Parts: sequence; C-alpha cells; structure tokens
Amino acid sequence: MSDLEAAVAAGVIGAEDAHRALLQATVEVARAIFGAKAASVFLLDEETEELVFEAVAGEGEGELIGMRFPAGTGIAGWVLTTRQPLIVDDLSADTRWSRTAAESTGYVPKSMMAVPLLAEERVLGVLNVLDRPEESRVRLSEVDLLGLFANQAAIALDLLQRARLARAALAGEGRLGPLARVAARLEGDDHEAAFDLLRALERLLRETD
Amino acid sequence: MSAAIDSHDHEEEDLPAWSLPAEAVDRIRVPVALPEQVTREWAWGGSTGAGVRVCILDSGVELDHPLVGHVDRSVAVQRNEEGELEVLDDEAGDLCGHGTACAGVVRSLAPDVELTSVRVLGAGYKGGGEILLRGLEWAVEQEFQVVNMSLSTTRTKYVDRLHVLADRAYFKRVLLVASAHNMPVESFPWRFASVISVGSHEEADGLTFYYNPTPPVEFFGRGLDLDVAWLDGGTLRCTGNSFATPHIAGICALILGKHPNLTPFQLKSVLYQTASNAKEAA
Repeated sequence: MSDLEAAVAAGVIGAEDAHRALLQATVEVARAIFGAKAASVFLLDEETEELVFEAVAGEGEGELIGMRFPAGTGIAGWVLTTRQPLIVDDLSADTRWSRTAAESTGYVPKSMMAVPLLAEERVLGVLNVLDRPEESRVRLSEVDLLGLFANQAAIALDLLQRARLARAALAGEGRLGPLARVAARLEGDDHEAAFDLLRALERLLRETD
Repeated sequence: MSAAIDSHDHEEEDLPAWSLPAEAVDRIRVPVALPEQVTREWAWGGSTGAGVRVCILDSGVELDHPLVGHVDRSVAVQRNEEGELEVLDDEAGDLCGHGTACAGVVRSLAPDVELTSVRVLGAGYKGGGEILLRGLEWAVEQEFQVVNMSLSTTRTKYVDRLHVLADRAYFKRVLLVASAHNMPVESFPWRFASVISVGSHEEADGLTFYYNPTPPVEFFGRGLDLDVAWLDGGTLRCTGNSFATPHIAGICALILGKHPNLTPFQLKSVLYQTASNAKEAA
C-alpha cells in the first residue's frame, strides 16, 4: 500500500467509525428526549430496495444492526413514499403497519413516530421512535423536534455512506476504484505526463458540467 | 350590499388573448363587489357544498365508507404494458387509508359535495413524481372546482411541470389546496402562489382556520389528533398537514357551493377575510 493510499485509508476508516458513533448518539438522544422505549435508524439500500437497521437505542440495541426489510412496506415504506413524517398512536389500527416485520425484530411496539432522512433531494432512510409514554399527547412542536433529529441523523447517515463509498473505492470496488488505483500509482517522480492528463481531464469535466 | 359577485358568468364570445379593444370593454364588466364586510355568514352560511365537484388526489378512497358516503367516480393512474401512464377507472378503492381520511374530512364539512378519487399513491416508493403529475393533469383537464392534494414532491426536476400545471389550474378556476411539508424542507406544489397551501394548528374545531401573514404556508387548518376515516369502515387517530388540508378544501367547497363563480384569487381573499385571526371574522 502506498503512503498516499494508507493516509487516505486511515482517514476514511476513522471517519466511518466516527460517523457511526454520531448516528448512534443521535438515536440515543432521540430516545431520551421523547422518553421512548426505542429509537432506530434505517438506511435505504437503493440497489436491493431494502431498509437496513444502522443504529438502534433501547429495545433491540446491539441485536438488530444489519437486519433488512423490503423498502416499500410498512410504516417506513409509507414514509419513504411520501417523504413525510408519520405519527401513529395505535399501530394495530393502522393498515400501513406490518406486524410480521415488527415481530421479526423481537419487539412489537404499540405506537411509532417515523420521519424520513432527507439530504437535498435524496431520501437516505428513516428515523423511528417507538412507544413514547402513553399519557403524553402529541403536540405539533414534537413533530418539529422529530424533524430536527431527522436532519441530524440524515447528516450522519450521509457521511457514513460517503465514508463507505470511499473505502470501497480504495479497495478497488465500485466505479471510483480506478481513480483510487491511479492515485496510488502517482506516488514518486516521473509521472508528469500522467499529471498533465489528469489536469486535462479536470478541465474536460469542468466544461461538461 | 348584495352578493353581486355571483352574477358573473364566463363570457361566451372569446376575446383576443393579449389585448382589449375599446368596444369590448362593455363585454367584460365584472361585479366589483365583495360586500363591504365579508362574513362567514355571507361566505358559506347555508351552504352544504352541493353542486361542487371535489377531487381527492391521493391513495384512493374506500367506497361506501360511512364517513365518506358516495364516491361519484374513482380512477387510478397506472402504467400500461408500454410503460405509459394512463388514467383508468378503478375499483380497488384505497390502498392504505390516507385518501379515505382526506375524503372523510371534506365530507364532514361539506356533506353534499360530489367526490372523485384519483389514485396516485400506493404503488411503491419509487416513480411517484410522474404519476402525481399525470393525476394532477387529469384533474385540471376535468375542471374540478377543488382538488385536495395532501401530498407533495421534493424532486426539483418536476418543479417546472408542476408550476405550469398549477398556473393552468388557477386560470381554469380549479382550486388546488395543497399540504405544506411537515418538516422544514422544500417541496412542491404547496410553495407556489397559485395554490392554497395549508399547515396545521392545534385546535379541535374544524372551522377554525388561520391566515399566515408570513407565507409560504398561507393557511393553517385543523391537523392535530383527528379521528379520521380509515380502511374497512374504521377510523384512525392521525396528526399532520395531510389532514389540515382537506379542512381548508372543505371550507373552500362550502364557499364555492354558495358562490360558484369565484376565481381562485377571489376565493383566497374570502378565506383571508373569514380567517379566525381576521378581526371581524365572526
């Protein structure tokens, strides 16, 4: 591994851990603020059209990470479709809810708040808050608060995804693989022609943008 | 002052589109009058929404739900085998409950409106923008007086086409009543000035609504803790701008039931003057 590659890899791997910790902290604070039994973040895997547990606080913590569901179903599916938050006080009465999916996690909630994680025009996933205290009536200010948490979780999730893409690129997977390998080859002298080519490529990309 | 505004009818003979000849001025006399004081009694007193055609652009509407009653027509936007979008008559009802909820709210305020359902939601989380546009285009073609849109898109690639459709609706006197997003994000069409945009207030009265002097959200309707119509003849406790929107749509239908020739800008003025935070509203 070249020095350059090693330096970038160290940054990327460190960043991935930090971003995961930020995401975990976000769901923990969300759970605490709402006094909920659990809070979690789903990442939308666009290739497989699945939702993946990325962070869990409370019920299911430490067990559910990596578990997958079809993206179009359940409350989360509705939230992805409409890109709108949803608050359901009685899940058993809501036809959008999938009891089967809930049972497969080992914890069946009674109520749920779910909010889309949006980064500009993309939807990255869903933040869920399960079983707030039953006596606390929903207020519109709570919907606003949920939106603030969603913003924070979306930023953490976006960074996490970028770090993973960068890692995949370094490992030679994905579309950016060649770029990472070229960067590794540019160590040392006698690559003026290659640098000229890179500068030309940069100009070309700028002109076609 | 009488409600002379009602006497205005569309001109039968077309005028030139871009200019007004002197001799044509007499042909376009329109009533000046809003009354000196627009009251709720003037605006919709005695109206049941009878004669007003309301379109619910949503997930479908359950047929014969006790809180919705008769649905005059149900269509769905669907992709045919060639991948083109078509608007077809549909008997599947509501795929999730959301559209039934909106229809029930409109019915609760304006019991005698004619309801039509256009299903554009429920076919999965992808590709919704094109379906939404086709459904809205159809609703505008059909010249419904009120279109309830408890949905929006965050995709900017649809903005130009949505804008054109919203303006077309405005000039055809098709009133688009559109939900604001529930989070502080950009989405459309509620941000357009040509529609009536709706957010939520926390009070429990369906006829309480507020004008917002600092738009883009122009009105707030009842949107917290509502028991709305849901699937299988049932109800569900819901919160959100999705349910505030049909409250304003229902009030618009009441006003149009009594004053059918109001233009969208006149109707917005009537809403402004009868809002709960307008000084003389009661």
